[in-house]
Order: sequence, then C-alpha cells, then structure tokens
Amino acid sequence: MIQAVIFYMLAAVVIASAVMVISARNPVHSVLWLILAFFNAAGLFLVAGAEFLAMILVIVYVGAVAVLFLFVVMMLDIDFARLRAGVVRNLPLGMLLGMTLVVELVLVAGAWQFGDLALVSRADPVAARPGLTNTEALGVLLYTDYVLFFQVAGLILLTAMIGAIVLTHRTRGGVRRQSAAAQARRTPGEAVALERPQVGAGVRTDEGVQ
Amino acid sequence: MIGIGHFLVVSAILVVLGVLGIAFNRRNIIVILMSVELMLLAVNLNLVAFSATLGDLTGQVFAMFVLTVAAAEAAIGLAILVIYFRSRGTIAVDDVRQMHG
Repeated sequence: MIQAVIFYMLAAVVIASAVMVISARNPVHSVLWLILAFFNAAGLFLVAGAEFLAMILVIVYVGAVAVLFLFVVMMLDIDFARLRAGVVRNLPLGMLLGMTLVVELVLVAGAWQFGDLALVSRADPVAARPGLTNTEALGVLLYTDYVLFFQVAGLILLTAMIGAIVLTHRTRGGVRRQSAAAQARRTPGEAVALERPQVGAGVRTDEGVQ
Repeated sequence: MIGIGHFLVVSAILVVLGVLGIAFNRRNIIVILMSVELMLLAVNLNLVAFSATLGDLTGQVFAMFVLTVAAAEAAIGLAILVIYFRSRGTIAVDDVRQMHG
C-alpha cells in the first residue's frame, strides 16, 4: 500500500516535470525541471529495488549532466524568444507524432499483458548468492561477467572527455605566459648592468630615462 | 501492488514526452538534447523494471552502460553546441544546413 502511494507520487512528479521540461519558456527553468525529474526517477528506481542505479542517477545526472546543461545554457547568450517562434507551427505535427507513439505503446503493452511472452530464458545470476545487497550483487556481476563491457564503458568516457576538450579548446593570441625555462636560463650577465651615472643625468634604459 | 505494467506506462509517457519535446522545440537544440535525456531515462526505467520483475540483474548492468553512454553523449553534444554557437552566434537548428567550421 505504502509502496503504491509512493510510486504514484513519484510517477506523477516525474511526468509533470517532464511536461514542464519541454514546455518551459526559459531553458534554465527547463534544466531545473529536468533535475526534479531525475530526482523522482531515482525514487522510482528505489521503488524497483535498484539502489545503486538510483544513487548513480543522482550523482551522474543531477551532479554532472544537468549542471553541464545549466552551465552551457547560462554561458551562451541566446535570444530564446526567437527560438520558440516555431512552436505553434510545429504543434499539429507534434501531436500527430505523439498520438501515433501512444497508440503503438498501448498496443505493445496490451500484447505484453494478454499475450504469451516466453520469459523462460532469464539468467538470474545473483540467486546463487543470497544475502547480497543490490550494490554488492551488481559489483559481483560487473567485475566478473561484464568486466570487458565495463572497460569499454571507461574507454567511451575517456573518448568523450578528450573529444569535448579538443572540440572546445582554443589557443588565444596575445596572452603572456610564464616561461620557466627562459627564467632558469637567465644569467647575471644579461640580467644585471652596473651603471655609474652622472649626478642629475639619470640612466637611459629601454623604458626611458630614470 | 505495483507491477511492471505501472513502470512501463510511466516510461512510455516519458518517451512520448521526449518525442513531443523534439517535435515542438525544433529550433532550440538545448531542449532537444534534454528531450533525448528524458527518453534515455525512460529506457533506463524500463530496464530496471524488467530487471526487478525477472529477478535478473543484467538489466541493471545494462542500464548502467546506457547511463554511461548518455553522459558521454551529453558532453559531446554540448561541446559541439558551444563551438557551433562560437562560430555562428546562434543555436537555431534550422541553420545547420551549411556546416562549414
């Protein structure tokens, strides 16, 4: 009973905030609604028993991806009113698309509900080790059977990181940087000059008379 | 009692909302990226729901990989968005026909 109440609450907030994500006038508000949607989806994951994925969702999505979105939205100086000009024009097409998708998904759900899908080929890899928490079981699975995929996921992230840096990095001209090698190479012979100026005449240097 | 059907309905609604977001905001690529994130979230919800129903943790492992790829996609997409804005001064997707750097 309490599970049902929590599920319906979380699901309602997820759907409502998803609606707000695609309909908010200001993209900053869109990102904030997206964060709310992710938090409540993490709650749904908890209801389904996937504790580790719920925490990962909060950490990765809310902590990294959503903040990245927020950063980009605020960094770019964009006229958002002009970008929304085509929304009314796209409304009929969008509704058509949405209705088609809803009908298809309802048909699929009906086939699932009333059909005779074969679910005999499930693997059940953690039933042999009862007493493990969700995180432990996931770790056991991830570091044994799926270790190759785990490494490939790491490579994908590395590629994405290098790609993002290479894409957005630019070298600016006219920036004076400290050159440690040039500083270390300096000798007293070229850095210091002894002068014996006349009284009242001053010393002529590159920057003028001092 | 909450069954897998409830989760499937929620994720179906989320996918439809993602598609609608892409269809409505065809000029604003940031909202399009956020809609793609919503759809990937729905996929993850499906995977977790089936994993819980079948008692098979493989679905959760796969959901984790989907999450990884989604994070990489968001980073690359936003990087492309930033350099596109830098060179063109706008992010309207209608203008991406001429893609000279």
